[in-house]
Amino acid sequence: MLCASGRLLAARTATSLPAPPRGRGPALRCPRRELHFPGNPDPPSWDCLAGRLTRASASPHRRVILRRGRMPPAVGRGLAGSELRLRRSRCGPRAAGRDVAIQAAARSPKRPAPGSWRFEVAGRRAMLALVTLLSFATRFHRLDQPRHICWDETHFGKMGSYYINRTFFFDVHPPLGKMLIGLAGYLSGYDGTFLFQKPGDKYEHHSYMGMRGFCAFLGSWLVPFAFLIVLDLSNSLPAALLTAALLTFDTGCLTLSQYILLDPILMFFIMAAMLSMVKYRSCANRPFSAPWWSWLSLTGISLACALGVKFVGLFIILQVGLNTIADLWHLFGDLSLSLVTVGKHLMARVLCLIILPLVLYMAIFAVHIMVLNKSGPGDGFFSSAFQARLSGNNLHNASIPEHLAYGSVITVKNLRMAIGYLHSHRHLYPEGIGARQQQVTTYLHKDYNNLWIIKKHNTNSDPLDPSFPVEFVRHGDIIRLEHKETSRNLHSHYHEAPLTRKHYQVTGYGTNGTGDSNDFWRIEVVNRKFGNRIKVLRSRIRLIHLVTGCVLGSSGKVLPKWGWEQLEVTCTPYLKQTLNSIWNVEDHINPKLPNISLDVLQPSFPEILLESHMVMIRGNNGLKPKDNDFTSKPWHWPINYQGLRFSGANDTDFRVYLLGNPVVWWLNLVSIALYLLLGSIIVVAMQRGAQLPTKVEGLTRVLLQGGGQVLLGWMLHYFPFFLMGRILYFHHYFPAMLFSSMLTGILWDTLLRLCAWGPASSSLARAVHAVGILSLLLGAAYSFYLFHPLAYGMVGPLAQDPRSPMAGLRWLESWEF
Amino acid sequence: MRCQSACAVLGFLNFTQGGLRSLLFYKMLEVLKRPVVVTTNINLNIVALTGVGLLSRLWHLSYPRAVVFDEVYYGQYISFYMNRVFFLDDSGPPFGHMLLALGGYLGGFDGNFLWNRIGAEYTSNVPVWALRLLPALAGALSVPMAYQIVVELRFSHCTAMGAALLLLIENALVTQSRLMLLESPLIFFNLLAVLSYLKFFNCQKHRPFSLPWWFWLMLTGVACACAVGIKYMGIFTYLLVLGVAAVHAWHLIGDQTLSNVLVLYHLLARAVALLVTPVTLYLLFFYIHLTLLCRSGPHDQIMSSAFQASLEGGLARITQGQPLEVAFGSQVTLRNIFGKPLPCWLHSHQNTYPIIYENGRGSSHQQQVTCYPFKDVNNWWVVKDPGRHQLVVSNPPRPVRHGDVVQLVHGMTTRFLNTHDVAAPLSSHAQEVSCYVDYNISVPAQNLWRLDIVNRQSDRDTWKTILSAVRFVHLNTSAVLKLSGAHLPDWGFRQLEVVGEKLSRGHHESMAWNVEEHRYGTSQEQRDRELELHAPTQVDVSRNLSFMARFSELQWRMLTLRGEDAEHKYSSTPLEWVTLDTSIAYWLHPRTSAQIHLVGNIVIWASASLATATYVLLFLWYLLRRRRDVHDLPEDVWLHWVLAGTLCTGGWALNYLPFFLMEKTLFLYHYLPALAFQLLLLPLVLQHVYDHLCRSRVQRHLFSTLVVAWYSVACHVSNKLRPLTYGDSSLTPGELLALRWRDSWDILIRKS
Repeated sequence: MLCASGRLLAARTATSLPAPPRGRGPALRCPRRELHFPGNPDPPSWDCLAGRLTRASASPHRRVILRRGRMPPAVGRGLAGSELRLRRSRCGPRAAGRDVAIQAAARSPKRPAPGSWRFEVAGRRAMLALVTLLSFATRFHRLDQPRHICWDETHFGKMGSYYINRTFFFDVHPPLGKMLIGLAGYLSGYDGTFLFQKPGDKYEHHSYMGMRGFCAFLGSWLVPFAFLIVLDLSNSLPAALLTAALLTFDTGCLTLSQYILLDPILMFFIMAAMLSMVKYRSCANRPFSAPWWSWLSLTGISLACALGVKFVGLFIILQVGLNTIADLWHLFGDLSLSLVTVGKHLMARVLCLIILPLVLYMAIFAVHIMVLNKSGPGDGFFSSAFQARLSGNNLHNASIPEHLAYGSVITVKNLRMAIGYLHSHRHLYPEGIGARQQQVTTYLHKDYNNLWIIKKHNTNSDPLDPSFPVEFVRHGDIIRLEHKETSRNLHSHYHEAPLTRKHYQVTGYGTNGTGDSNDFWRIEVVNRKFGNRIKVLRSRIRLIHLVTGCVLGSSGKVLPKWGWEQLEVTCTPYLKQTLNSIWNVEDHINPKLPNISLDVLQPSFPEILLESHMVMIRGNNGLKPKDNDFTSKPWHWPINYQGLRFSGANDTDFRVYLLGNPVVWWLNLVSIALYLLLGSIIVVAMQRGAQLPTKVEGLTRVLLQGGGQVLLGWMLHYFPFFLMGRILYFHHYFPAMLFSSMLTGILWDTLLRLCAWGPASSSLARAVHAVGILSLLLGAAYSFYLFHPLAYGMVGPLAQDPRSPMAGLRWLESWEF
Repeated sequence: MRCQSACAVLGFLNFTQGGLRSLLFYKMLEVLKRPVVVTTNINLNIVALTGVGLLSRLWHLSYPRAVVFDEVYYGQYISFYMNRVFFLDDSGPPFGHMLLALGGYLGGFDGNFLWNRIGAEYTSNVPVWALRLLPALAGALSVPMAYQIVVELRFSHCTAMGAALLLLIENALVTQSRLMLLESPLIFFNLLAVLSYLKFFNCQKHRPFSLPWWFWLMLTGVACACAVGIKYMGIFTYLLVLGVAAVHAWHLIGDQTLSNVLVLYHLLARAVALLVTPVTLYLLFFYIHLTLLCRSGPHDQIMSSAFQASLEGGLARITQGQPLEVAFGSQVTLRNIFGKPLPCWLHSHQNTYPIIYENGRGSSHQQQVTCYPFKDVNNWWVVKDPGRHQLVVSNPPRPVRHGDVVQLVHGMTTRFLNTHDVAAPLSSHAQEVSCYVDYNISVPAQNLWRLDIVNRQSDRDTWKTILSAVRFVHLNTSAVLKLSGAHLPDWGFRQLEVVGEKLSRGHHESMAWNVEEHRYGTSQEQRDRELELHAPTQVDVSRNLSFMARFSELQWRMLTLRGEDAEHKYSSTPLEWVTLDTSIAYWLHPRTSAQIHLVGNIVIWASASLATATYVLLFLWYLLRRRRDVHDLPEDVWLHWVLAGTLCTGGWALNYLPFFLMEKTLFLYHYLPALAFQLLLLPLVLQHVYDHLCRSRVQRHLFSTLVVAWYSVACHVSNKLRPLTYGDSSLTPGELLALRWRDSWDILIRKS
């Protein structure tokens, strides 16, 4: 049945398209190949599947074509029918197309008996089930331990609670991961009341297992995903098994999957994207078929979700992007495809890999903003207009005096995103940086030090005195801004600003509101006429210094420690209108004026999106390491130099220590070096035109293509960290580690086959291969047995103490467990 | 070719002795018959270009006789070289500085000039002409080199002239090469590397392993090393050349007409010339640098004690004759090895920690322990054996070994270094370190420290002056003595905070200390014995420190030294460079409004950017069409087009784009090396358009006319900006305002 439908589909594709796309799999290509090689004596319609089994018999001319990566010819005898049927029924591991026959030949010189394929497929399914089961079992074992907050659970658990309470907050990562955690908590009956104050706090009666279980659930899928990816790339069960074992038995992956963290969610989507990409590429022989479309769109969805959890998702997007470009380049160079077909391919990818993820990504933010509609700790990071839509914020359904009057107490916010409020505090500029007067900065948090009083420039009388009439501030007036807490005036003078040397310094000057003429500012409303009143929130104002003629602005640069890492405020002599020098009045307190309900113009969704990204990027850039602290360096990671304390430090605590299983990690490290060595030898040999035996050629293709794919993944998920200025942690390496384990699986399987293939007889070769793989599997399992307390928790003396059960296992002095 | 010559040699050997002799005789006769003729090809284009290049760069070279912009900075280093005083400059390796100093040496400069401000008049002992000569020569020779590069790229001589002329009249390049600055030598070596690689590559087809082949190959490596040696930026061009060479080598590997051995020879030759030679040369620069600079100077403090001791004067004078091994009773100063934010010594003084800090936390109110960046009598500590009471060295001295427990006694106050479970003043997660004052309250003294020698050879290694890096691990709390890097507030005299780090997350250099000054403890009655003890072990670190150790330390410090990230008045961002939205005022005449201003020829900059964009678009267009098997260009034209583009566009991109990732202060002149590559590309694109895109004669004529017109405009603009380039004529404010074509150009206008 399956066979028939497959053939039907093939036929339809072949007829409906003007020029059928160049299939990778021979199944499609059979009818056309006859056209290409009319001299081919007797190609039975299904024979091409078996294709390259006897490629040696192809004429030399065709072999050259083969090596250049053009269409392989289909000559030779086929495999048994049953085998064919089964293989066609899968939307082929790509192997079904190009390589499987060679590999099959390389692996078992004897033709497999009929039914062995069915057996093998059943075996694969059984193995997949076993691997999945084992992965779930290890991840869910002792999941409830410890019953207190571990490490970053304090952040992400708290943020989950915010979603349940619908409180607005700010974080440097995009919202999807925390949203899912919140959802899991909500569904499992957590009420969002736990405070998540600091690591070590007991959960008591609060239900936390739902959130941990959700993360563990996603984390458990990493192993089967890796299994399937490797199976698809190498078409070798031992390689896939080895990868799965490495990941199952890695204490690091295990630990990272067991807590309320973003990493299991992120890695789930990264691997899902990788898997669907591999799957859709192996469907390349049937473009525009249903599985092809579904894998392609699944790739796009996973990409959007990966990016929606953390910006690290960019790396997998990059990988899929590079693959897609290579793919399109390949199709574009295939002259048998019309430009229209190539265009269709292009549009399909644009649709599924660009538009779909973009829409999804925006949808995530839309949900995020819709869910969080109550005022919370993140308000001040966003513009006044944005805050107005948060219930509980004082701008929500704001009822404040509408027009600015002398004596009003106000906060002034910069219009540029993520700059903040005009701020001052009782600290002076340090010696050598301008005049030693009080600092003026911008600050993102709401604070009493953001309050300023508007005063007339020439009188110091208290305008709030009830005997005076209310006098409104008008466009073009000359005013003084007095800092409410310190009673110093906003002041500027001909001194260089601390960071932007071309601008003038802005300070707080004077005592109790008495200063000098450098405290006078002309207030102007952008695009308004003279004499107009100034509206709260709506008016876009500029403050022009009367003496020097410069404009008050914020450069957006972060001051050093002396300025508490707030942003620099300057007075810029360039009168260009940029958002940096435009402000609006946000809070407004004036008891003499009636409060009027204002509905502020709500920002549009794209504006909100852009604004939240600006704030996130600024937040990420702000995470800088301090000079004299030990920080984790990217080169530490692959050698498993040092772990992270998840819980506990002393010998009385319940300790969990995030550390990779050293056996697995060091094997991975060796494998990368070995792969590079082997790969370059093979590539150079091929460039020199060496004639590889057919069997070896199949293996090398797996090594170069499949291995190359995961090596690329490893590099993309690892090397960019060397360029990052922000503070880094050990757990940033784990996505790369997944790829590195897949590389190990592929490398050792291929290497053992290559070694065994040379001199030995076939049975011996198989034995060597089996023994090699088995010993690697057992080694990984045994090392897991040794190191499992790291993940499942230890109590008692530390490892340097000889009485500790972990005493002999502190192989590196830098490990602290 | 090679085979033929080998055959000839074989044939020659077959001659008999007599035959050989008669042959020689015959040859001599021939010489007598014919006149001696020397034929040379002189390309007058090159001669002319060199001539005008020299004229434009050397004309009035010693004007202005005043410090111009960054000369104030490089001049200092020249003086240091002349006085052979050690300095550290993190802006680049020493070759560039040495090149400038060579000019000073040739001009007989004695180094006596105070380089303190821009605009200061040079005194008569400063050979301004000689100092500015080498950069100017480099700038002048870049002009004919551009010509040759374009010719080697197989474009026409006319195009080559165009490229050279662009380099000649570009105002920014002229300004930059007429002063003691490093950009013009950098551009020179960049271009030289590209040129010699092209010459080598063109030799490759016909005469591999011939003399010119070797010469150009080696010159490529040498030029790359020099470029990197002048500024780290040179590494971009080096990478470009390496990349192109790797691709060509890859083709060579794929060439199956060559035997394996021959391919191996080819690869080895390239590896030697392009990898080994540059590395060796780079080390050589540092070797010369360190050999020349043998005296201590103002930057000593940044280096480790061992390095300082290897310089004449300074620390070496102090530490000479110090005992090597620290013993119980030794008096020492302890310097932090990390030394950031400032190099400093462990310090204590009478003052105590305030009882209550500003934020309301309490302290132990014991004596402050800080890290102090200046030499001071309060930096002295005595190493005491907890088991004995004496503060003097016993006879024979008992050296302190790794793992020993010691007490540290502050020399001036005789109080013990102590730490306890009280939060440190600023780093509240760590423990406070104090000198113990007994207030008779519940806090007991916890003043035992275990010595942990980080760089020990064996577990019983002794503690050595200067050489050992040690950690002090507190016995009671296992906290480690550490420099936190924070400045204490006024009550701590803005000295640096020292803490006991409880949860040390791995080893960090801020926890390591070394003994710098050291003497065996004496008291009045023991002085005679002390004199005897003084003699035997002495440190002579200057001989202990190998070149490689000195080199690696210096290199490491240069790469990690972080200057102030304060912005300069004339600094700019990479985006402003392409559009020439920025300029730098280099110098203003003290009385008139004559001034030197780094500003580019705006016509050339705009058209160069346009040409780059055109190239990229055309390249992509051709590439896509070739993929569909449509060949617009003949194969060899396409190959030349790709090679030219890789070198010129690649050179531009590699020298420009990385600046977007850099966090340091950037200036317009950082763009000049990239610009030089862009200027090479511009005429190539023009020729390509003329040859392949203009179909009819009319179009070609029209295009040529346009090019000539454009060229005249460029020359005109160049001439307009000439007063700002040479700074030789004073302009009225009106004229200056007229030159201010962009608002962002800071042309200085004197208010009368």
